[in-house]
Order: sequence, then structure tokens, then C-alpha cells
Amino acid sequence: MDKTEKTILSARGIGKTVKSGSSDLVILREIDLSVTAGDAVAIVGASGSGKSTLLAILAGLDTPTAGTVEVDGADLFKLDEDQRAELRGKSVGFVFQSFQLLPSLTALENVMLPLELRKDAAAEARAREILARVGLQDRLGHYPKHLSGGEQQRVALARAFSVRPKLLFADEPTGSLDAAAGSGVIDLVFELNRSFGTTLVMVTHDEHLAQRCGRVIRLVAGQIAAG
Amino acid sequence: MKQSFQMLLRDWRAGELRVLAMALVVAVASITSVAFFADRVGRALVRDAHQLLGADLVLVSDHPWQSGIAEEIARRGLESAQATTFISMAIAGDNSVLAGVKAVSANYPLRGKLRIAAAVNAADAPAQEGPKPGTVWIEERLVTSLSAPVGARIKLGASTLEIAAILTLEPERGANFFNIAPRLFMNVADLPATGLVRTGSRVWHYLYAAGLPEQVTALETWAKGRMERGQRVENLESGRPEVRGAVERAQRFLGLTALLSAILAGVAIALGTRRFVERHLDGCAVMRCFGATQTRLLMLFGCEFVLLGLVACAIGTAIGFVAQLFIAEILGGLLRADLPAVSMLPALQGFLVGLVLLLGFALPPLVQLKNVPPVRVIRREAGAASGSTLAVYAAGLVSLSGLLIWQAGDVALGVTVVGGFGIAVAVFAVVAWLGLRLAASGPVARRLGSNSIALRYGLANLRRHARGNAIQVASLALGLTAVLLLTFTRNDLVEAWRRSAPPDAPNRFLLGVQPDQLAEVKAFFISRRIAAPELNPMVRGRLTAVNGKSVTEADFTEERARRLVEREFNLSFSDQPPAHNTIVAGKWFAPGTQEVSVEEGIAKTLGWKMGDELTFAVGGESFSARVTSMRKLRWDSMKVNFFVIGPPGLVGRFPASYISAFRLDERDAPLMNDLAARFPNLTLVDVGAAVKQAQGVIDQVITAVQVVFMFALGAGLLVLYSALVATEDERRREAAVMRVYGASRAQVTGSQRVEFLAMGLLAGILATTGAAAIGQLLARRVFELDLPPSPELWLAGPLAGLLLLSLNAWLSARKVLSASPALTLRDSV
Repeated sequence: MDKTEKTILSARGIGKTVKSGSSDLVILREIDLSVTAGDAVAIVGASGSGKSTLLAILAGLDTPTAGTVEVDGADLFKLDEDQRAELRGKSVGFVFQSFQLLPSLTALENVMLPLELRKDAAAEARAREILARVGLQDRLGHYPKHLSGGEQQRVALARAFSVRPKLLFADEPTGSLDAAAGSGVIDLVFELNRSFGTTLVMVTHDEHLAQRCGRVIRLVAGQIAAG
Repeated sequence: MKQSFQMLLRDWRAGELRVLAMALVVAVASITSVAFFADRVGRALVRDAHQLLGADLVLVSDHPWQSGIAEEIARRGLESAQATTFISMAIAGDNSVLAGVKAVSANYPLRGKLRIAAAVNAADAPAQEGPKPGTVWIEERLVTSLSAPVGARIKLGASTLEIAAILTLEPERGANFFNIAPRLFMNVADLPATGLVRTGSRVWHYLYAAGLPEQVTALETWAKGRMERGQRVENLESGRPEVRGAVERAQRFLGLTALLSAILAGVAIALGTRRFVERHLDGCAVMRCFGATQTRLLMLFGCEFVLLGLVACAIGTAIGFVAQLFIAEILGGLLRADLPAVSMLPALQGFLVGLVLLLGFALPPLVQLKNVPPVRVIRREAGAASGSTLAVYAAGLVSLSGLLIWQAGDVALGVTVVGGFGIAVAVFAVVAWLGLRLAASGPVARRLGSNSIALRYGLANLRRHARGNAIQVASLALGLTAVLLLTFTRNDLVEAWRRSAPPDAPNRFLLGVQPDQLAEVKAFFISRRIAAPELNPMVRGRLTAVNGKSVTEADFTEERARRLVEREFNLSFSDQPPAHNTIVAGKWFAPGTQEVSVEEGIAKTLGWKMGDELTFAVGGESFSARVTSMRKLRWDSMKVNFFVIGPPGLVGRFPASYISAFRLDERDAPLMNDLAARFPNLTLVDVGAAVKQAQGVIDQVITAVQVVFMFALGAGLLVLYSALVATEDERRREAAVMRVYGASRAQVTGSQRVEFLAMGLLAGILATTGAAAIGQLLARRVFELDLPPSPELWLAGPLAGLLLLSLNAWLSARKVLSASPALTLRDSV
């Protein structure tokens, strides 16, 4: 709720080229953008437009071939991989299309994972609390394979929000879900986003979903078409 | 640490670590069971060193002592005792048994004590002195086979002696593995009256000395300068090398068997860890997204594995401890020595091996987890597990090789074992790979596949998975080879050995017939309506020179040659060549010449050629003769054979005893007791019984080895299991895709069945070939036998492979079909 005008994420001149056989394949070209804290931004585009790659670079999961990204005042690619990991642990949350829950961990343990990585002494209490927030208080001991797709994504959401990230990156969060489960998850994303004051950057090809974000960035062939 | 512990619990619960833990437990249990046992035997040997020798210094001779030696020991103020040992028939009533006789002076042994009991199963106590004149002490085995309890009288040669006690412990024999003839102790004063020590008897003469260390050292130096051929000095260091040798060989064999399970466990650990890594790549990518650094990940997994290792090693050590009790129990009868309690050192060794295995084979793949790029959460293909297994496992292989060489205690042996195992794996894998590619391609596959989808897909899978499948086939083949060797090949060898003696082969040896007894012995047989056996003269002589150049054992390096030169030869004389020998070179000598005929094997060993002049010493005299013919003979014919035969005029002038091998019907066996009673100085050996006795000892050793082999088998099965599980995820995904596109259950299972059956058959054939090859090698090199190919082995080997993989195909199909394709595919996104 506490909207400030502070820029939490900014990218300058992002380019990504990969070698494909003997020729270079340009995936992203000259991307500039900045996101204000508390905003919700949707990145949309056709398949192959480079939106997932952009998200990975903005989150520091992948490295660009050109340009800089600043997250919460830190120049991502001046940090080494371990320093980026620390920054992610402190300020960033993720939700993925394929949920990426650890199959050997229960719902509760999946949510506890990032808290434990931060050595949070109250990991279990916090995890229980947030799982209750997403309506899964009765599913704490279930393994991912015993949960429905919608439930799995809600566990993933609880995991992402458990560390109260400043920035949440979501990659097609409803991509693996049917319409009903998808809209339930999206309602939850926006609700948690508001209540934790998180900045949301979401990749989606769902125009309807994109419109619920305050701002839409459209990628066409690796370039921003409209912002 | 706490988090690693939690991860360990979670991964354990999820079943990710079970194969790894079991492999470790098996490896550690196997290593420690042998290590505990070896440690106990080793400490028993050190503890009993003085007792094993029975003195501080022992002089041993294969002929009576020259005068002056015993007197010198007394003159120097040392305590001295004497003993004479030989094999002879002991007779009580209708029973006669071959006994290992030891005639001792009253003060034997000078170090340690014999233990005796008043009756079988009565409490025993140390004996203050040896048996009194007129009495003997016998082992329990003799009481049983002679049906002669304490108080009964037994005949030994021309004497009748009373059994005064049961011998329960003879320290000097303490740790000898192969005590075949049961012991009989008598007083040396009774020896001349028995008439047993005569020409042709194989007798050992011992002089024992004990005293202050400097006296012993001085005596040793003095005695060493006066030893003749066939005499030696034994001290605490050199003493009883044959005991140590036998125990060490058995231990080394057990140790190498244990290491085989360790190697197999290493393979299982490597395969298990690879699967663990594949399954944790996504999780690690997620953890890196959530801020875990690389160091953090490495620490987490490293600690998790070390914790797992410590727990598994502890359990393995406990199992090893229990197994060692069994080994000691099985071999206890052979050891006849109280083993000291277990020490904790072998447990340490077990932990060391366990951790080396785990860290060597698991750590390198785990490092891959640390390097997984976080972008894998969005693009799955990033950071897939590396396929270059060799580089990854180099550390494990090097550390394991080090361990092996250390355990073998011999670089050459260790390298041979490591190399042999490596070559076997490589050959198996390459042949399997080629076989699978061949089966799956070309006209064969096209023709087979044209009619059936299951066949077509199954064969296509074989080709596509050729590399992974080749590893599975090789692992399975290795495990099966061990099993086949232990079952079929072992039996085949024993059978071949039995068969090598023809059914009418002699089954009794008669030794020590004196020339004046020849006619009487022959008459004895004729009067009992048994064909009179052929009695061959035997003269004992020592090779002293070849072509005028004197010969000593130092001239030879080969063990067998040294032994031959050191000992006395059995020479014989005859006008005719023996009927069962074939002359392969030269011509049989004419009577009255100075020529001999020699066996070609000994000629090769000792480097004799046609025309060489050999000089032999017999008693105080000697003779020389030229080699003019060579004979080939079959030692396993059980007939009497001689290395060297000369004309009667040349060899016949020396004192001879007569020896015979003959066949006795079992119904005539009781008559032999009459023979023994009538000619007490003769030694009659029942070959069947002797073989049975030896077989019993060997069976005990084999049983002990099998305890350890159980671990190797367990490890082999774990390798098999982990190799199969390694491809299970992929198979499930493929099956799900096939079913999504409309394949029936029968088609899905059919294609998997084709794949598994082909692999099983290939593994079975490889294992059978391996077992047959090792069997042939053993037969030719070690046992010198012809081993005919075994139809049972060639049937059972491939069948076992087929069966094992059919079982797996059935289990795997159940798993694949029980999961809905949607669920399988969703899991694997």
C-alpha cells in the first residue's frame, strides 16, 4: 500500500544474442525499462518474442550480452553469481509456469525452504501462516504430486511471498492451469501483492490477465513495441 | 548442519538415498567383517608366536641328526627337547586310521603348554609334561574314528600303547589351516620299539632349544653354519612361515572378495548419485533463485552426504561385526586357537573405506549441483547433468584403486585386480554396446520389426539407449559372473577333478613295505583272493650335481624347483618302462648301463636335458647317470609314478622300500585292518577318505568365503537395481507419451519387454562366457585339468539373465502402467 516513487528495477540497453550454428541469433535488442516500487507490470508477446529471456535477465538468472540491470539500487551484472544469489534471497521472489516445487518436500517444507536458506528461526511458523493465507492450511503435509495444479501453484505463491520480497517475478503463472484454477491463482497474486506491497513483474501471453496489471510492456521480435 | 540433517531426513523419506545407503552399508559390512576377523587372527598369531614355535629356536631335519648337535645345545646351557613326527596307521580293534604321530621327550614343549582332558568333552587343563612311556594322547577326532576312549589300547607299529588323555590343544599346531591327519602324541622313548622309523618312512626330526636371548642368538649362529641339506633353523621371525602363509593367503582372498563388493558398491553409489543429482537439479536451481550461494549448496549437500555416510558406516560396521562372528565360527574348527576379542581398529578401517567410497564417487557428481544455472527454472535444458562419467568418477576410481592396492598389500596384485576388473567392465560394456546396436539395426531388426510395433519400438529403444543400456548390461553381467562362478563353475571343477581319475583308478596307497616283507605281503593278498598289487621299489636320494656341477636350491628361483632340490627325491629302478608312462624322447636304457629315464615335467622345471649327467646322494653314497629318455605320465591317474627311474644294477644296490597303489573293492575294506594288524609298520592310505578329509577343510574355507561373497552378491544386485532405476524415469515418460498417442498397454509393455529381454539375454551370455573363461583359466593353470564345456552353465547363465530382466520388465511395466499418462507427463514437465 505504501507506494513511493522509488525505482526498484531498471534496465538499460539490454541485448541478448546467442550463437546458433555459424550465425548469431538476436533474442533481445536495446531494451530499456524501469519499474517503480509497488507497480504491477505485465510483459506480453508472442511465443519466441523473448519475454521469458527478458524476465530471466531482469531477475539476474541469466546474463545479457549487452546492457545493465539495477535491482533495488544494485547493478546486477557487476555482482558475481553468488552475490546475485544473496540479493535474490534478500529481495526477490519467483513464481514459475511449472511451479518448480521440490517433489521430495511437503507443501510446508517447500514454503519453508527460502526461509531456511535465510536462516530464519521462525521459518515453520511463518510458512504455516502464509499457507493458511493461500487457503492450504489443511494440506501442509501433502507432497506436490498429491496436490492439484491450482494447489501446487498456490504453494509456489506462498513460497514466493514467504520471504516478503520487494520484487516478485512471475513467469506465465497460469500457463499450466485451467481457467478456473488460473483465475483463482491470479486473484491471490494480486491480493498478496497489494497486502505485502510487492512490485510485480509478470510474463504472460494472456491479454486479459495483462490488463489487470497497471502497465503492459509488449515485446515483438525482441524489442519493446509499446510501453 | 541442522539444515543438512533436515535435508537428509527429507531425502531419505522421499526414498532418494536408499540405494546409496544400502550400497555403503554393504561395502562397509563386507570390508569390516573381513578386517575384524583378520585383526583377531593377526593378534592371535602375535600373541602365540612363542607357543607356535614351542621353543625359542627349533632345528628341523628330514633325516636323523648328525651327532654333536643335541650335545652342543646342552653344553651351551640351554634347555632342550626333541620330537619326531611322521604319519602312521593307528589301529584299535577293527578300526584303523592314519594319524599324525609326534613322539616327544617328556619336557616338550619348552614354551607354551599342551592342554589335555580326561575324557571327550571333559574340562581340559595344561599338561605339566608330555605323555609317559607306554601311553599316548590323541585328538578327539581319533577317539571317534577308532572308537577308542581314554583307557583303551591302540596298536602303533609293533607296539601297543594305552590312551591316557585327550589332546585338546597343541600350540605348535595352533593356527595351521590344514591339519588333515589327527594328532597322536607319544613318548620318544617308545619310538624304537614300534619299528616305524625305517627305510622309506618320511620322518621329520626336531630339536628344540630355549634359554636367554643371547644364548639363543649364539646357538642360532653356531647351528646355521652346520646345517646340512634338508635341515633348517627356525626362530620367531622365520618360524612357521607355512602357518602365516596359509592364514595370510586365506585372509588376502577374503580381503579381495570384500573389495570386490566395495568396487561394486562404488559403482552402485556412482549410479545412485547420478540419479540423485538429476533429480535435484531443478531443486538446486530453485534454491539458487531463492538466494542460496554455490558454496552454500555444496556445504548443504556435502554435509548431508557425510551425515548419511557416518550413519551408513556405523550400520555397516555393526553388520560386519556380526558377520565376522560367523566367519570365526565357520573357520574356528580349522584355527584351533582362541581368538582374542575384537579391537576397534577394523571399525575405523570400515569408516575410512566407506567415506572414501562415498566421497570419491558421490562428491564429483554433487559438484554438478552447485554449478546448476538458476535460469534452469525457466529453460529446463540449461545445466543438464554432464554425461562424461569417466572424468567425473576419476577421483573415485583413483581413491578406490589406492584402497585396493593397500588392501592387497602388494602393488602388483592390487594393480592386477583393479586392471582385471576395469578390463572386464570395459569389455563387457563394449561388447554389450556393439551387441545392442547390432541387434537393433540392419536387416534383422527391419525384418523382425515389420510385423510388430512392440518389436519395432523395443529394438529402436535398444539402439537409442545403447550407451546407458550397455552400462546396465555390463553391471548385470558382472554380478551374474560372480554368481555363476560360485555355483556352476565351482561344481564343474570339482566334478572334472573327480572324473580325471578313471573309475578303476587305485584307491589305496601302501607305503613302507620292506624288502623282506615283499613275499609275505603278496601272499597276504592272494590268500584273501584280492589281486596282488604291483609293488614298486623306492629309493630316497638327493640331487647333488648336474654335469658335475653341484646344485643347491639357491640356483633356482621358481618355488617348485627350489622345493624339489631341497627335498629328497623318490627314485626307482626297473628293467621295463612303467606301462602307464609314454616315452616322449630318447630310448629306454639297457640293463647294466649308467643311464636314467626322467619325467619330462621335472626335467623342464629343473632344466635337465637329454644327455645331462645327474648325480644323486643316497645315504652316505652317491651315483651318477646320464639322462637317456624322458617320460610323460598322468599324475591324476593315481598310479605310482617316479620322477627318476634307473637300471636295477645302478639304483637297486641302495636300501629300498616298496610302494604300491591298488584298487580295493569297498566290500574288501575290512580286510585292510587285517593287513595293518599283520604288518604294523606299513602305512595304508585310503585315498577316498584322505580326499574327503581335504575336501572337508576346503569346504569350510569356501563356506567362509561365501559369507563374504554374499556381500559381493548384494552389492552386485544393488548395482543392477540402481542401473535399472537410473533409466526408469525416462522409460515412464516414453511409455506415457506412447499411451497418449494411443498405444495399448500390451504395446507399451511389449516394447519394454523386447528391450529388457534382449538386454537380459546379452548379459546372461556375457556372464556365462566370463564364468566359463575364468573356469577354463583356473582348470588349466591352477588345477591342470581338462574342463569340458558345461551345458548346464550355458543354459543357466543366459536363462538367469533373461529371468532377472523379465522380472524387472514386469515390475517396471506395472509401475509405468499404474500411473496415468497425464500425471507422468505433468511430473516430468
